Amino acid sequence: MDISQYLEIFIEESKEHLQSLNESLLELEKVPDNVELINEVFRVAHTLKGMAGTMGFKRMQKLTHDMENVLSEIRNGNIKVNSELLDVLFRCLDNLEFYIDSIIDSGNESAKDNQELLQKLSQILNNDVAEKQVAAAVQPLESTAASTYERKHLNITFTDYEKNAISKAYEQKFNVYSLTIYINKNCVLKSARAFIIFRTLEKLGQVIKSYPIVQDIEDEKFEDFFSVCVITNSDKSVFLKELNSIAEVEEVLIDTVSIEEQEEIITTNKKVHNEGVKKKDTLQKNNKPKTNRTVRVDIERLDTLMNLVSELIIIKNGLETIEDANQNFIEQIEYLERITTNLHDAVMKVRMVPIERVFNRFPRLIRDLSRKLDKQIHLAMSGEDTELDRTVIDEIGDPLLHLLRNAADHGLETTQTRLRNGKSEEGNVFLRAYQDGNNVVIEVEDDGQGIDSELIKSKAINNGVLSLEEAENLSEQDCIELLFRPSFSTVDQISDVSGRGVGLDVVKTKIEALGGDIEVKTKPGEGSKFIIRLPLSLAIIQALMVNIGEEKYAIPLNTIQNIEDVKLSDIKFVQNQEVYHLRGHVIPIVRLDSILDVRKEEEDKESLTVVIVNKGEKQAGFVVDSLLGQQEIVIKTLGKYLSYIKLISGATILGDGEVALILDVNTLV
Amino acid sequence: MEETTAIGSKQFIIVKLGKELYGIDIQYVLNIDRMTSITRVPKSPSYIKGVMNLRGDVIPVMSLRLKFNLNEDSYDNNTRIIIIKIEGHPIGIIVDAVREVIEISEDRIEVIDRDSTDDQHHYILGVARVESDLVSLLNLQGLIDSIR
Repeated sequence: MDISQYLEIFIEESKEHLQSLNESLLELEKVPDNVELINEVFRVAHTLKGMAGTMGFKRMQKLTHDMENVLSEIRNGNIKVNSELLDVLFRCLDNLEFYIDSIIDSGNESAKDNQELLQKLSQILNNDVAEKQVAAAVQPLESTAASTYERKHLNITFTDYEKNAISKAYEQKFNVYSLTIYINKNCVLKSARAFIIFRTLEKLGQVIKSYPIVQDIEDEKFEDFFSVCVITNSDKSVFLKELNSIAEVEEVLIDTVSIEEQEEIITTNKKVHNEGVKKKDTLQKNNKPKTNRTVRVDIERLDTLMNLVSELIIIKNGLETIEDANQNFIEQIEYLERITTNLHDAVMKVRMVPIERVFNRFPRLIRDLSRKLDKQIHLAMSGEDTELDRTVIDEIGDPLLHLLRNAADHGLETTQTRLRNGKSEEGNVFLRAYQDGNNVVIEVEDDGQGIDSELIKSKAINNGVLSLEEAENLSEQDCIELLFRPSFSTVDQISDVSGRGVGLDVVKTKIEALGGDIEVKTKPGEGSKFIIRLPLSLAIIQALMVNIGEEKYAIPLNTIQNIEDVKLSDIKFVQNQEVYHLRGHVIPIVRLDSILDVRKEEEDKESLTVVIVNKGEKQAGFVVDSLLGQQEIVIKTLGKYLSYIKLISGATILGDGEVALILDVNTLV
Repeated sequence: MEETTAIGSKQFIIVKLGKELYGIDIQYVLNIDRMTSITRVPKSPSYIKGVMNLRGDVIPVMSLRLKFNLNEDSYDNNTRIIIIKIEGHPIGIIVDAVREVIEISEDRIEVIDRDSTDDQHHYILGVARVESDLVSLLNLQGLIDSIR
């Protein structure tokens, strides 16, 4: 049996366990005497220790072992939970994470042995335990439930050859034992565990029989127990001691085998045995779907599938443009369209992951920040089950981390200031996710001091980002948008004063790279809110195809509010900018042909076709020459060489094989 | 002896650009396509003609004529787009015609003087004599690096 095949499972499972440890410890800080939580923490630490041991990661095992000792004392009520203790435990978690990361990178845990941390743990242990003089080792809870363990090994039947071997063994003064070993029901690597047990057994003697057979055990075709028969010169107690020291072994039952007895038992137990087998069969049936329900798929394979769906859609679009189609043909194409749409949805869904994966590391972040900054911070999260494309999930973590850190560090005031301003002592940070049409919206809000636009303005003037004149004409909102400029983040003084400059341009760049956008709302004294809008699907979108001159462009449908026929006489000038009044809003008009340098004949038209688009709360009217209609398009990038062209967010291939460019509404508005 | 000559030589695709001949190292060439429809990309340099559809992928296309300050391309039956791939990124290069593929041993390549002030020389690795013609061998990396 090769352990390396379990490495991937081990890594995934360990990460999950670490995450649940993290959550439980956070909860524990709030309710320090919740016994259930303490048990949970203990159980998870124990499992981790066992897993690390199985895989041969000694340092990880040692660290979890010492953690477990401390936790065990907490469970016994000998140590009280406090923040200092939790700090140490959290640091242990960080180090465990570090080990896992290095296992992912190199297949080995790093050589770092964390002496200091281990010492701290033993200090905690010694101080408190010595004072209280507690009774020694705790009786594990599990052993009280011994009645549920059966001596299954009594059902083992021996062949003549094996019987012969057993009697020979007795002649040579060997002992023959049969054992039934129960493994923790929650054990994730049952067969690996069994492998360890077998190795231990083989050190002590020779295994002559096992039930189920070894092959089945290796394939994990057993429940939580198995029986073996061993020839050995060691004593029963040695077996009990060795086997019980293996993690996740719940119970070991051992008996001496005598061949005569065996005969009797066989006859009396046959019925029972048969029933047992039946019961096992049904149990196994129940267990099966559990292992088959999920499949881990390499993201590259999904990408391939996605590309194939994309091509299918392109071909479908091509068929639609064939002119002389008869009714039957059109029906078939509609059928094809239904299939491609469903297929697209199905593939997209496979790629969707709940945002919880990103969110669940933030409570810990806020806790640490809260202690570091000496502020009381409450993090309220909602919409963790909102789903996003896997690629987005992988990328969105860092920007959110930035925003949360900003909110806690710079957004929220110190406790004293809050009290002075009549606010609650505890600062609030909200993290929300929800779906809004074809977008997913993530909000990071704090109820802190807000952003001072005047301060930004004066700094911008000082730095030469703005001229005095420009600054005067700047609306408050535009002013705050200055924070996202790269030049702003690099200037230290500004980030010291306003504290909002650090890395915001990076956040913006990242989010725009994902096809989303970010905006800020702030009220001095009341707090600020960062709103991130991300597209649900990255690869295939609905778009409006338009003509500008002779060229075709695509405008993402989710940005379009409506389309208006505007009389030339209705277009007014405000500060040299063409605008149009629409239901009380002043909408700037964007002449796409001149922005995109489209060469075309000047023509006198009485009215213009204007596509009104949204970017957050901002609107703009794009002037186009004609509308071609709505179409499902597959987004392709322009590639490395042209990626600097901000007006264009990508390209798509039309049904006739030609390429049309997709306008980047974010930069045009 | 034969082996050493094989190591010291490379295969080049010889293309025509106006009256001149250029050589493109075949190891970078993905394929050679006929002229196809190209979509103009606004705000790109003039020598980038736009983007084309290469079997489902969108790739940029560059005019070697405009890059080398020659007259605007006039496309005919001989015009070809050579698709090259450098560092994993494909790009198309428009040439007037493709002549042949030949092997040029390295000792027949004359490295040209780098001090030359002519901008075009950054894009040329060297010159080789093939039969009675002179062929300028393109420095594709330099050519690509200049797109920004």
